[in-house]
Amino acid sequence: MFDARPQHNDQHREYLRHRAQQFRRQVERRLDGSLTEEEFRPLRLMNGVYLQLHSYMYRVAIPYGAFTPDQLRMLGHVADRWDRGYGHFTTRTNIQFHWHKLVDIPDSMEALNSVGIHSIQTSGNTIRNINADAFAGAAADELEDPRPWAELVRRWSTDHAEFQFLPRKFKISVSAGKQDRSAVSAYDIGLRIVEQDGVRGFQVWVGGGLGRTPHLGQVVREFLPQADLLPYLEAILAVYNLTGRRDNKWKARIKITVAERGLEVMRADIEEEFLRRRQQFSGLDQEILNGLRAQFAPPEFLDAPVEGYEAARAANGAFRSWTDTNLHPHRIPGYASAIITLKGPGETPGDMSADQMRLVADLAERLAHGDIRVNHDQNLVLPHVRKADLTEIYAALREAGLATANAGKITDIIACPGMDYCTLATARSIPIAKDIAAHFRARGLEDEIGEMKIRISGCINACGHHHLGHIGILGLDRAGVENYQITLGGDGYETPTLGQRAGAGFPAEEVVPAINRLVDAYLELRESPQERFIDAYRRLGVAPFKAALYPADA
Amino acid sequence: MSKGFTPSPATPAVITANDLRQGHCVWMRDGDWTADPREAELFEDEAIAELALLDAIAQASVVVGPYLAEARRGPDGCPEPTHFREAFRRRGPSNYFHGKQAEFAQTELEASNV
Ligand code: HEM
Ligand code: SF4
Repeated sequence: MFDARPQHNDQHREYLRHRAQQFRRQVERRLDGSLTEEEFRPLRLMNGVYLQLHSYMYRVAIPYGAFTPDQLRMLGHVADRWDRGYGHFTTRTNIQFHWHKLVDIPDSMEALNSVGIHSIQTSGNTIRNINADAFAGAAADELEDPRPWAELVRRWSTDHAEFQFLPRKFKISVSAGKQDRSAVSAYDIGLRIVEQDGVRGFQVWVGGGLGRTPHLGQVVREFLPQADLLPYLEAILAVYNLTGRRDNKWKARIKITVAERGLEVMRADIEEEFLRRRQQFSGLDQEILNGLRAQFAPPEFLDAPVEGYEAARAANGAFRSWTDTNLHPHRIPGYASAIITLKGPGETPGDMSADQMRLVADLAERLAHGDIRVNHDQNLVLPHVRKADLTEIYAALREAGLATANAGKITDIIACPGMDYCTLATARSIPIAKDIAAHFRARGLEDEIGEMKIRISGCINACGHHHLGHIGILGLDRAGVENYQITLGGDGYETPTLGQRAGAGFPAEEVVPAINRLVDAYLELRESPQERFIDAYRRLGVAPFKAALYPADA
Repeated sequence: MSKGFTPSPATPAVITANDLRQGHCVWMRDGDWTADPREAELFEDEAIAELALLDAIAQASVVVGPYLAEARRGPDGCPEPTHFREAFRRRGPSNYFHGKQAEFAQTELEASNV
């Protein structure tokens, strides 16, 4: 049955207080020896607490990537008080703190809870943080704001008794643009808001997932009436819960269930279950949704002259370049969404300092309707900015080292923490990402190359989305030496494709030269500067790029 | 990975784990724990190593996940890791110079400069 907990109200706060106290006692019992590590581990994981290479890591959810200035400020406070002055934003719109002490986590948790954020279901075999388009509520091509739906799904899935012990983790993403900006095909369930004969519904994708055996999702329902969303999701989860493999961790994701049983069989089961489940929904979910819609009502957009903005663009080349690269079209004239990339020179992709968090929180509060997002490229977004205010925002960001004009470019690299932090890693990701970015910055080629998605993971789990990179890099351990395998042609969006392995891996010091040869080959082979790397790759196939990567074989 | 590893005079090992309260890397020395990997005890005898590991496992309210990690004796007589994972564990992440190990790495750097 649908249950509306937890909400942003007293009941919600009470619930979080209860959960934090419970965890505090569990930590105490672990420290005094009344819980063994074996008993404690699942309890800490239920609260997003991992033990990593050098320390505990605390993973906090940012539902559909949206947060308020107060929340971002509190993340900065937590980073300063209980960590090492920074946090790491992930492709799943969580923030991870890498240096928490176990004894401090209950305090940190309570501080975050006080502004309504938490770490429930950020780990474990349950429905994880819900993702959505980072431009939700702002994008010009959007059918409607997907956030109320994402929030409805979050409330339904949080603490859903039936789905706490799924065969494996479960990830859901919602997209509402004409363009898919949340990579719905890479999720266990991907939802796209679509319109048919003037009626809104969901196109439902199922069975996507990266990791050891990557699969793209398939459409299990072309059109689901909007009001049926929760019973339909419940049907999918129920079928997966029952038929998903529990004998083998590596085969337990729904992508394998769909691949093994076949989409048709899954669809038949889901539809049958759906008919049963639908009767159990009294309509309360739709009442709640209507309340949520009011909560996500757009801010009061102000009319503003844009002449000053155009003049600043004409006068300041660096500002012009930043606006050309880092803005996204807003549905209201005179407005834009601004991307703040966390990929400045020498920076670790996704890392943000506490000072930077406070600065962005202040800017958002003062000049951007108090709305902040994090996207799955590990960048922040100010969704609603008056163009007239962009010069001031740009100046402040620039001073804080946050105005790098590289959104979607070759230096805007996604990288997982890799073996610099992660216990599961087989090689490092961060230094490779930094070296590639530094190399192409030094060559001054970012704009010339245009859109280019490089993504790096430190092991087969694919947290860095390397399968979806135009150029993907996977770190491996080859006889005790770091080695990097390159995949080509991945794309997460409109025409989703998984990258194909190009050939033998490269030692760390040969990765940059290899990517450099690849990029030079592209620049040579493209029909025009408008033809992106991924388009050239699709037109020409792998051969010329393989020849560039492995000149000795050619 | 170094887990499940058996030391012998040819391939000795240290015992390492994470500190339960703080999470940082620690190494076993005389039945106790140190954050300085140079002070780690190097085991060359399998039987002694196994016994020490049992002792480490018994200290479950002090450390988490103790295991044997392959090591060799370095030029200064201190144990050195043979695998890069253990080298990273002792040095800290490569993107920032911090972690408990940074203090140790700093003194090691200084020592190598003289
Ligand atoms: C404590 C650190 C982390 C651990 C232990 C971890 C663990 C894992 C594991 C085991 C998988 C494979 C799941 C499966 O196929 O069943 C996975 C997948 C994934 N993780 Fe992580 N991860 C970590 C950090 C991150 C970070 C930092 C990011 C983002 C930068 C991330 C995003 C993802 C994504 C996008 C996937 C693939 C999604 C899919 O398989 O559908 N994770 N992670
Ligand atoms: S891809 Fe592997 S190394 Fe990178 S964060 Fe995920 S589990 Fe760790």
